[in-house]
Amino acid sequence: MEAGAQKAPGASARTRSERKLAWMLCAPAVLAMLAVTAYPIGYAIVLSLQQIDLRFPDESGFVGLDNYTAVLTSQLWWEDVFNTVFLMVTSVTIELILGMAIALVMHRAIFGRGVIRTSVLIPYGIITVVAAFAWQFAFAPDTGFVNHLPLIADDMDWFGGRFSSFAVIVMAEVWKTTPFMALLLLAGLVTIDGGLYEAAKVDGASAWQRFTRITLPLMKPAILVALLFRTLDAFRVFDTIFVMTRGAQDTESVSILGYNQLISRLNLGLGSAVSVLIFLCVFLIAFLFVRGFGTRLDEGRPGG
Amino acid sequence: MGRGNRDYAYWSIGIVLVLVFALVPVIWLISLSLKPPEAITDGRFIPSEISFDNYKSLFEGGIDDSPFIKPLINSIGIALITTVIAITLASFAAYAIARLEFPGKRLILAGALAIAMFPPISTVGPLFDMWRSLGLYDTWPGLIIPYLTFSLPLAIYVLVAFFREIPWDLEQAAQVDGATPSQAFRKVILPLAAPGVFTAAILVFIFAWNDFLFAISLTSSDASRTVPAALAFFTGESSFTQPTGSIAAAAVVVTVPIIVFVLFFQRRIVAGLTAGAVKG
Repeated sequence: MEAGAQKAPGASARTRSERKLAWMLCAPAVLAMLAVTAYPIGYAIVLSLQQIDLRFPDESGFVGLDNYTAVLTSQLWWEDVFNTVFLMVTSVTIELILGMAIALVMHRAIFGRGVIRTSVLIPYGIITVVAAFAWQFAFAPDTGFVNHLPLIADDMDWFGGRFSSFAVIVMAEVWKTTPFMALLLLAGLVTIDGGLYEAAKVDGASAWQRFTRITLPLMKPAILVALLFRTLDAFRVFDTIFVMTRGAQDTESVSILGYNQLISRLNLGLGSAVSVLIFLCVFLIAFLFVRGFGTRLDEGRPGG
Repeated sequence: MGRGNRDYAYWSIGIVLVLVFALVPVIWLISLSLKPPEAITDGRFIPSEISFDNYKSLFEGGIDDSPFIKPLINSIGIALITTVIAITLASFAAYAIARLEFPGKRLILAGALAIAMFPPISTVGPLFDMWRSLGLYDTWPGLIIPYLTFSLPLAIYVLVAFFREIPWDLEQAAQVDGATPSQAFRKVILPLAAPGVFTAAILVFIFAWNDFLFAISLTSSDASRTVPAALAFFTGESSFTQPTGSIAAAAVVVTVPIIVFVLFFQRRIVAGLTAGAVKG
């Protein structure tokens, strides 16, 4: 920094003008980020305390916490929380294992590294809705090829049951987001000093020991950051479920519930209560991650 | 020698598995889109005969009657405008964060991170209500504004990571050598910053291109509905059947260019996606 070179009386004026310039440069981006987050979430809280149903505008009015009571005492909300958490835990777990495997293959590949990195980016570039359609058509009993595979019943109705629907939803989510996980893990993997492995080899450590004693502990920060981002992302799951089942067979997620209340039923009061509760859940998950694992916040990066 | 061959075989299997994992859904969509209507339910992974009817039906009727052309224009326009504005705003902020000392710097970075974790569904209700009273419902700006908000954190993080690597002293060196400040910026700094800016632009574009939640919540017609939203509302011959062939063809049209683009710039995208993941 050239600021250090000048300690003369002009320095403070210079510092002040630097600050002013910095704030002016940051102001537009900060305003744009707050405009559609801070203000709307405040407005959502206001809406959630009122009875506002756009189909019955005359019955509007302040109702206190009634909307929250209605949501929190409904069986549907808790069923959807279960569905969301279930989908989140299963897909993120599978993604972590698969992502780690792909990251190791990419890192250690003797050849074909470029081919793997190229193919892994394909799911990242595909629209989530498109990926959801691709898997839906693949599993559908009429158009799909999956039921013609060996070991699978020809008349298996994947979207006819709750957990078979979940299986397909998890599969689509895993396919779409594992590359992101793998790339984040690979970024952590390349920072590990290769000499450690050589030393461990000399000491007679097996491949598995080298993985659990060297790779995993040293990758802890990268794993936690990847897990945090993917967990929060998975909690918001919407696109895939909307395309595949629209919440039928009890596969609704909390985001689908919010959408149904707000946009399909135009019940802004109740829908906003759901929105605020989802916001609190996300906040809680992030808080638990940061607290439980001591992840430094600024080590992370925004999700893609 | 035996060991080398065995390793070679293991890696080959690993690579083939990764390839299959990544490619099967894409090949499946392409083959589905090429099946003639009467063969769409034959369940074959590779079509037995090829027809382009599904693609023709997408563009039939020109801009007014085609269910696909207007959403495609909306998608491209909205994603491009979002990208240009987001990159401009993010470049200003990232320059200040990477180069200048000022209080509030960490707060901005932490705030950007918090927004990256923010659940979009929580803003859908208020935005729906606000946009209707402001006249932004079902318009391009109505989608561009939320896309800006949610893509700025990503853009800022990527750009800060790139800008920190730029040897800014070169700018002064050029001025000492007689370049004007604007020449020094254009000839020295711009070429060094361009790869980072370009990387951030690709990531923002893909983000806006991919969005579905805002696109179905804040639009109601072809005036601003983007492709992902339009796909969900495609109707077939009767309203009970999904037009599988047309959806597959439309999916291929919006997927293939992005994949080609992503593959062409893969090094940059990988660098951008992992920027900041390793160092703070």
